Amino acid sequence: MARASAEVATKPGSISLVARLAGAKTPLQARKALWGYLLLLPWLLGLIIFIVGPIIASFYFSFTDYEGMGVPAWIGLANYQKAFFGDDLFWPSLGRTFEYSLVVVPVGLLGSLVLAVLLNRGMKGTNIFRTVFFLPSLTPAVALALLWTWLFHPTVGPINLGLSWVGVQGPGWLTDQHWALSALIIISLWASMGGNAMLIFIAGLQGVPESLMDAAEIDGAGRWDKFRNITLPMISPTLLFNLILGVIGALKVFTIAFVATQGGPSYATWFFALHIYQQAFSYFRMGYGSALAWIFVIMLLIFTYVQLSFSRRWVYYAGGSD
Amino acid sequence: MATEEAVLPDIVRSRTFSVGARRRAGWAPAAVLFYVLTLALAVIFVFPFFWTVSSSLKQPFELFSFPPTMFPITPQWVNYATVLQKVPFLTWVLNSLIVVALNTGGVIVTSSLVAYSFARFEYRGRDVLFLITLGTMMLPSQVTLIPQFVLFNALGWINTLLPLWVPAWFGGGAFFIFLLRQFFLSLPNDLDEAAVIDGASFLQVYWSILMPLCKPALATVAIISFIGSWNDFLGPLIYLNSPDKFTVALGLNFFQNVPESAGMPMQHLLMAASVMAILPCLVLFFSFQRYFVEGIVLSGIKG
Repeated sequence: MARASAEVATKPGSISLVARLAGAKTPLQARKALWGYLLLLPWLLGLIIFIVGPIIASFYFSFTDYEGMGVPAWIGLANYQKAFFGDDLFWPSLGRTFEYSLVVVPVGLLGSLVLAVLLNRGMKGTNIFRTVFFLPSLTPAVALALLWTWLFHPTVGPINLGLSWVGVQGPGWLTDQHWALSALIIISLWASMGGNAMLIFIAGLQGVPESLMDAAEIDGAGRWDKFRNITLPMISPTLLFNLILGVIGALKVFTIAFVATQGGPSYATWFFALHIYQQAFSYFRMGYGSALAWIFVIMLLIFTYVQLSFSRRWVYYAGGSD
Repeated sequence: MATEEAVLPDIVRSRTFSVGARRRAGWAPAAVLFYVLTLALAVIFVFPFFWTVSSSLKQPFELFSFPPTMFPITPQWVNYATVLQKVPFLTWVLNSLIVVALNTGGVIVTSSLVAYSFARFEYRGRDVLFLITLGTMMLPSQVTLIPQFVLFNALGWINTLLPLWVPAWFGGGAFFIFLLRQFFLSLPNDLDEAAVIDGASFLQVYWSILMPLCKPALATVAIISFIGSWNDFLGPLIYLNSPDKFTVALGLNFFQNVPESAGMPMQHLLMAASVMAILPCLVLFFSFQRYFVEGIVLSGIKG
């Protein structure tokens, strides 16, 4: 018996224990399973080295005092305690990030949807318009921040010039602590409306069956009725997808603020991601930075979970049981 | 997770991104209204770029004349040469090109191999691993940033370009794997099964059959990866310290903070540098827009 199985194991093309663990039953299946794993190897390594490993490491760092070199010193929950109770910039930066997101996400989604609907009408020059709306997405965020800083120039900027034509004295925008956040919101909206969210909406709109539209038209439905009762439910999964990605993207806001205002003036645009960056990479408080990052991730997970739970009430899956 | 899976494929479920003449609107009043609205929006999107180019060609005194002029009196092309003189812009371009080329190469080679594995092979744990892969798309980079920095620091890679492209050779990222897997699934299986029966190895199937067939999808991946790594700011900001190692995006920010020479305004130079930083992605997008659209269309054939 033992000899027989040894013979099977050594015979070329036979199924080894490893292959059986991989779920293979025939030699070809075994060969395919092994090749499958082999081709997957780069990603498996990447997942471990650059994602799963770092997640575990940063969780550990968040309980330590660590400057990026040497041995992290265990300090228990002190970092979290400091964040919640002993960091003057923690709550304001969090609040500011929410304030920003509360405007940018809904307005941005609506804007992307409007652009997508306009582009989906099949009018002349659609391809050119689509490219024009997509231009900001091709531009480095640094360049966007620089060019908008120039547009928002308090005295010689074209925006305040335009405002003066209608008799409005424009504010100092990025240099005014009461207006800097609004200015950044305007930049972000302009930069993101015609980007991926718009392309995904176009894709969603094109998936709305023509037959439904025709049926509604025969029943005498108007333009708005059709949009409200057919298009919106049909693209609700797309809406959810864009909403989730939009929230994550907005809460991560970093580059525009870092370049255009450096978080100022007087911390008016000091977002949470800037706070993490400064603690971890300017002060090399890697332990504290990790704690901030973990608070951020837990928050994002909760947001995403809440959105997914609520989505059952308003998202309609045409093909599915869900 | 299950809901996530239901949501994600929508990104590629569409048949086409190019807007066809599905409902060609006539010139009814509503149509005119919509057209004017679209045109107005287009102006809002183009104007900042126009202003940038116009400012980049002005003389210093024109920058602060009031009211500002739409067009430069005489275009100062010399501004562009001045930028190259003042800062090592060409070195930054070279650094960016190195990062972009190695990054995009890594993404194309390894994400297609991994996608091939997910799409064509059967083994235990495959579907779970694929779900985990999709899940990583939702993960904010902030949480992995610090340990990655510690890792690259321990390897002595700080102030080198290595941290900016080496990770791309480990699967290239979830989005690209997902995109290419969808594309592979849309190709008939008979083709590579026949080749295997004829004695081709799996690598031969990958290289001689699948790769040539998915050129449009690969072009999409290449363009997105190029733009992403050319425009990346946070990575270079964290890993690069000395100006001769900077990429264009980081250099642009550095240039902004260079103290003004003798109080001379330098907005025109900053705008010229910005134009040069934007240009490569624009050229790439315009030259390959067809592939870009086509690739996303094709990868959406089978959700």
